[in-house]
Amino acid sequence: MSKFGSALFNRLVIIIPYAWLLFFFLIPFFIVIRISLSETAVAMPPYLPVFDLASGIGGFIDNIKQFSIDNYIWLTEDALYAKAYGSSLWIAAVSTFLTLLIAYPVAYGMAQAPNTIRPTLLMLVILPFWTSFLIRVYAWIAILKPEGLFNQLLLTLGLIDQPLIILNTNWAIYIGIVYSYLPFMVLPIYSSLEKMDHSLTEAAQDLGCTPIRAFWRVTFPLSMPGVVAGCMLVFIPAVGEFVIPDLLGGSETLMIGKTLWNEFNANRDWPVSAAVATILLLILVVPIMFFQHAQAKADGEGR
Amino acid sequence: MKSLGSIRRSFAPWADPKSVPFIAVKNVTKKFGDFVAVDDLSLNIYPREFFALLGASGCGKSTLLRMLAGFEQPTSGEIILDGQSLAGIPPYKRPVNMMFQSYALFPHMTVENNIAFGLKQDGMPKADIAERVDQMLKLVKLDKFSKRKPHQLSGGQRQRVALARSLAKRPKVLLLDEPLGALDKKLREETQFELMDLQQELGLTFVVVTHDQEEAMTMADRIAVMAHGKVVQVATPPEIYEAPNSRFVADFIGDVNIFDGTVSSVGNGTVEIATETGFTVRVASSEPPAVGAKAGFAVRPEKIRVGRDRPACAPLNAAQGEIWDIGYLGDMTVFHVKLKDGKVIKASSLNAVRAVEDPLGYDQEVWISFDENAGVVLKD
Ligand SMILES: Nc1ncnc2c1ncn2[C@@H]1O[C@H](COP(=O)(O)OP(=O)(O)OP(=O)(O)O)[C@@H](O)[C@H]1O
Ligand SMILES: [Mg+2]
Repeated sequence: MSKFGSALFNRLVIIIPYAWLLFFFLIPFFIVIRISLSETAVAMPPYLPVFDLASGIGGFIDNIKQFSIDNYIWLTEDALYAKAYGSSLWIAAVSTFLTLLIAYPVAYGMAQAPNTIRPTLLMLVILPFWTSFLIRVYAWIAILKPEGLFNQLLLTLGLIDQPLIILNTNWAIYIGIVYSYLPFMVLPIYSSLEKMDHSLTEAAQDLGCTPIRAFWRVTFPLSMPGVVAGCMLVFIPAVGEFVIPDLLGGSETLMIGKTLWNEFNANRDWPVSAAVATILLLILVVPIMFFQHAQAKADGEGR
Repeated sequence: MKSLGSIRRSFAPWADPKSVPFIAVKNVTKKFGDFVAVDDLSLNIYPREFFALLGASGCGKSTLLRMLAGFEQPTSGEIILDGQSLAGIPPYKRPVNMMFQSYALFPHMTVENNIAFGLKQDGMPKADIAERVDQMLKLVKLDKFSKRKPHQLSGGQRQRVALARSLAKRPKVLLLDEPLGALDKKLREETQFELMDLQQELGLTFVVVTHDQEEAMTMADRIAVMAHGKVVQVATPPEIYEAPNSRFVADFIGDVNIFDGTVSSVGNGTVEIATETGFTVRVASSEPPAVGAKAGFAVRPEKIRVGRDRPACAPLNAAQGEIWDIGYLGDMTVFHVKLKDGKVIKASSLNAVRAVEDPLGYDQEVWISFDENAGVVLKD
């Protein structure tokens, strides 16, 4: 290929991810923002203004003038929304932490396993994906309900004499999220542990670390990229999770995914639900951008 | 075996029956499943010795070193360090440090923190750590790089950080697994001498693994040549080179010509061997094999003369042939001479003068010859 051709090729290759981002993220996102600035209407689509090519430039400008941030103001006025955001973040954070606590040892064990059985273990981790997510969450209802499997087991073992109320509490949500998202935490941690040079822990021990200290001073810090990636893969979708709190959580559980669903379907208020979604995105994206910026800076400092 | 007189420095505790070994490896065997990686191996290493383990890939060098460091346990046998058995002592309690084949620098720590790592584990006061780290950085000439991370260093610099890190704790023994493997030839040679100086300066015992025989010859006080998990010969570099105890060692270290034959007579201090090549060699030998026994004769290329004229010693220690190949290496020239029976031997001569009148050329009829003490008898 000519030099010019290959330069062109390189550019085209770079365009692909940007084009993807543009068509499947930015454009839909702007549509959401645009809806969030509109007003509800009993119509189809259920908001105003509606752009119409026939009304020309003048109509376009008129429409723009109708945009307002009333929906955002509404979100701040009703404490329900702030509470829903807060409790979503809290539930997602607790679940992410619990997922990490379980996933790390699993990933560590997998990375230590003999080469020959690692592919099998990997298969086992992703095996749950072969059944429908919804069915798996429903299965948890059967396990967690007062007369469910879990309580029966504890009762038979004589560990409790009253069934535990787990279903319809936050604990059921934690269990549901941890269970559903575990593979997303295990896989990145596993991949960062698996490629780590075993001689590093040996070197640490050689220099006087007990195996446990060697883990905390060498293995764990070096697996941080995997831990961070895993936490993001769990935390971000968990904040907006709808199915798990809806099926496993109680009626008083407040999560933003449920709120959004209510606004959208029960109230048919597209503009407010669009505003809820926009704020949710900002809450997640802004801290992540700060975090990445800080990391890039920290990386740059060593140079 | 006959000693070959003066060694590089007058340091030879192994020759003194009264001296006590610092590291004693006693009948150590290491098996991985059914595979025997180290086979009933015994070795003595003395204080302040620079000891090299030399052998082909897979012969068990690293395994032996890892047993000294504590990463592998002997299947049987015992290792004694400074009078104390190492059995059951974990790596982090051994007064031994290792420089890893892959360097194993901690990628998330600066050069400084890598070097300080072992000292912090020992709970050394901060000020003392800083001082020691400084000293180590100066020693390996990396003072300007203390704040860098390993991935920001060149291969040679990384190797020096690894060295500084393993030396920082002042271990009684430093184990080095192919320390210079990743360096280019020039840097490697420089570093070899730096390592030797350092070892002298700090008065440590070094055990270095290598499969580069030149490296072992340059650095070590003694070399152990290993094959298939066993030690074949332990001796000083000159002894290993000039008096190999077996065909394997003769062949493994440097270039050699080996003539097989049968012992035809044994005289006072000499043996005559009728070689299969058709000529008879007379060799000095203090422990000659019996008449009629099979024996080999090994002679190094630089000890063979090549000339046009029939040498005075002929027909003993001389044979006729033609020049088959000439390799000019600058400092010397290597001749491949094809003898009458078709065997090709190597001979080398130093190019002591710039231009030789009428040099030897291809296909020329020549005589090769050597002295009675030029080679050794191989009994195996
Ligand atoms: N953990 C292990 N399990 C099974 N076999 C092993 C193990 N470690 C080493 N071996 C085997 O033991 C033999 C000796 O290995 P070792 O690493 O000591 O070789 P080496 O002499 O250091 O070779 P090299 O010069 O290539 O580093 C090899 O055949 C190797 O395959
Ligand atoms: Mg090795």
